Amino acid sequence: MEKKITLNMITCRTIQQGVGMEAGKTSQKYFDACTIIHMHADDMKKLGVWKNTNVKVTSSVGSVIVKAVETREDLVPGLAHIPMGPWANRIVPAYTYSTGEPCFKGFPVDVEVAANAPIMSSIDVLKDACGLLRK
Amino acid sequence: MPKDVTDVICPFCGTLCDDLIVTVSDDNKTILGVKNACAIGAEKFNHQRLPGRVTRPRMRQADGTFKEVSYDEAIDWTAKMLVKSRKTLMYGWASTSCQAMSIGHEIAEKVGGIVDNCATVCHGSSLIAIEDVGVPSCTLGEVKNRADRVIFWGCNPAHAHPRHMSRYSIFPRGFFTVKGHKGRKIYCVDCRYTDTAKCADEFIQVQQGYDYELLNAFRTAARGEALPDTVGGVPKEKIIEIVEDLKQARFGIIFFGMGLTHSMGRNHNIDIAINLTRDMNDFTKFAIMAMRGHWNVTGSGQVLGWQYGFPYAVDLSRRDQARHQTGETTSVDLLNRSEVEACFYIATDPGAHFPVDAMISSSRKPTVTIDPHIQCTTEISDLHIPVAMVGVETGGCAYRMDNVPIETRKVVEPPEGMLTDEQLLTRINHRVDELLAKGGA
Repeated sequence: MEKKITLNMITCRTIQQGVGMEAGKTSQKYFDACTIIHMHADDMKKLGVWKNTNVKVTSSVGSVIVKAVETREDLVPGLAHIPMGPWANRIVPAYTYSTGEPCFKGFPVDVEVAANAPIMSSIDVLKDACGLLRK
Repeated sequence: MPKDVTDVICPFCGTLCDDLIVTVSDDNKTILGVKNACAIGAEKFNHQRLPGRVTRPRMRQADGTFKEVSYDEAIDWTAKMLVKSRKTLMYGWASTSCQAMSIGHEIAEKVGGIVDNCATVCHGSSLIAIEDVGVPSCTLGEVKNRADRVIFWGCNPAHAHPRHMSRYSIFPRGFFTVKGHKGRKIYCVDCRYTDTAKCADEFIQVQQGYDYELLNAFRTAARGEALPDTVGGVPKEKIIEIVEDLKQARFGIIFFGMGLTHSMGRNHNIDIAINLTRDMNDFTKFAIMAMRGHWNVTGSGQVLGWQYGFPYAVDLSRRDQARHQTGETTSVDLLNRSEVEACFYIATDPGAHFPVDAMISSSRKPTVTIDPHIQCTTEISDLHIPVAMVGVETGGCAYRMDNVPIETRKVVEPPEGMLTDEQLLTRINHRVDELLAKGGA
């Protein structure tokens, strides 16, 4: 078992994310659909994380707390997926290689267990990054 | 008595389903039910009646809370911001009508704005490739009636365009495709075994980020040249077998999505997919189509295209000419370099869908967000102006992903006193005129 594993991250739409988005960005549906990281069972075993446990995902630009779930749409070991949204975008590198498109898919992240760390709401996760969160 | 409104156009994704039936209350104010829509489309209509909807503009105060202001105050504040700023990012447009875009572009010309739409973080790479090599495409009707080989490459319509497969690409029976699903061979190329892959006859698992190599191998195989043993994790024999089958098609179509545009290679992935399509036309009829996601993003590209010659990221800040240079006039790059003086967001939510570094830069500038609902961007904006939902509470023209324009329908009345995008932008435009006539803000 390792304390931290490095995975290749992709961020995509899921239908749950779409439904949540249309139900409202502050809705529980949106929160439930987007605050997860899909991981392969082998990677979860390697990291020693139980299903539905919070993890800290860190990329070159920052980190975010999300919940580790086993993938429904099969991933290969080493590949992880967070549905698009403000949580995923906390860790998406903004560099565009002069194309205008940031690196939404295919960037390395470190994943570590953070069972007791709370997951922020959609507004707070953005405000926190922008320094607008009032405590 | 409740009544049914038929042939309603769905305002969610680029498929623009046009067969929805919406039940509305007697007074034309409330949506009671939606038929034929996918889960996301139905939710879009249902959101209209959710309690707690904001109906008047809100201005952020020094303590971070929002105070209700009148439309007049909001329009004045927005016009002053636009006139004062020498370079304003005017981003969004994908969930509004072409008519509203046209007025927005008029404002942008006057104040020297940079007009960009959601393609910039979506199919922008595809548009670069199309500018480079052209595109042999078709309409979705042709796909339905003719296609017998369908390839989904790096796209997942089961989640992102839920009715695409049943209306056009896999299941429907068409004029020359009378057997429906049975008469079509479906391929899915993806790095994950997606729900779309589960509907396909054959799933080809490519290593994440190796799409260019695999597309190149397809081209090589089509020309009968030698291949290495595996390409992007796919065995040589498989590639040759698929290419030989594609050559047998009467009509083939490649649908591609974010798997190509967001992965390493970006526009070059699309470039080579288009070139593969061109090569396949030596053997049979083949077409390629981008799976445009955000509802009327195609329309924004069309309107910008016929007005300025570029489909997105159009810089009008030089007043006498329109400029377009990806990496320079694209929203995320402008924000990364903190090159704009103000942000004007309409019908979009960059707060949820832009990388965080771009939004940190955006949050430090005067910002106006025009959107029917509370979302991530409205909460970090100085001013949020709510408007009627286009396609639900007001009509307007929208373009489907295959560039077919469709006039959308108004289903219910917007909340009392609420402006539509067109009305709001027209009033902002007038106020900008007044301010400019006086010599500035």
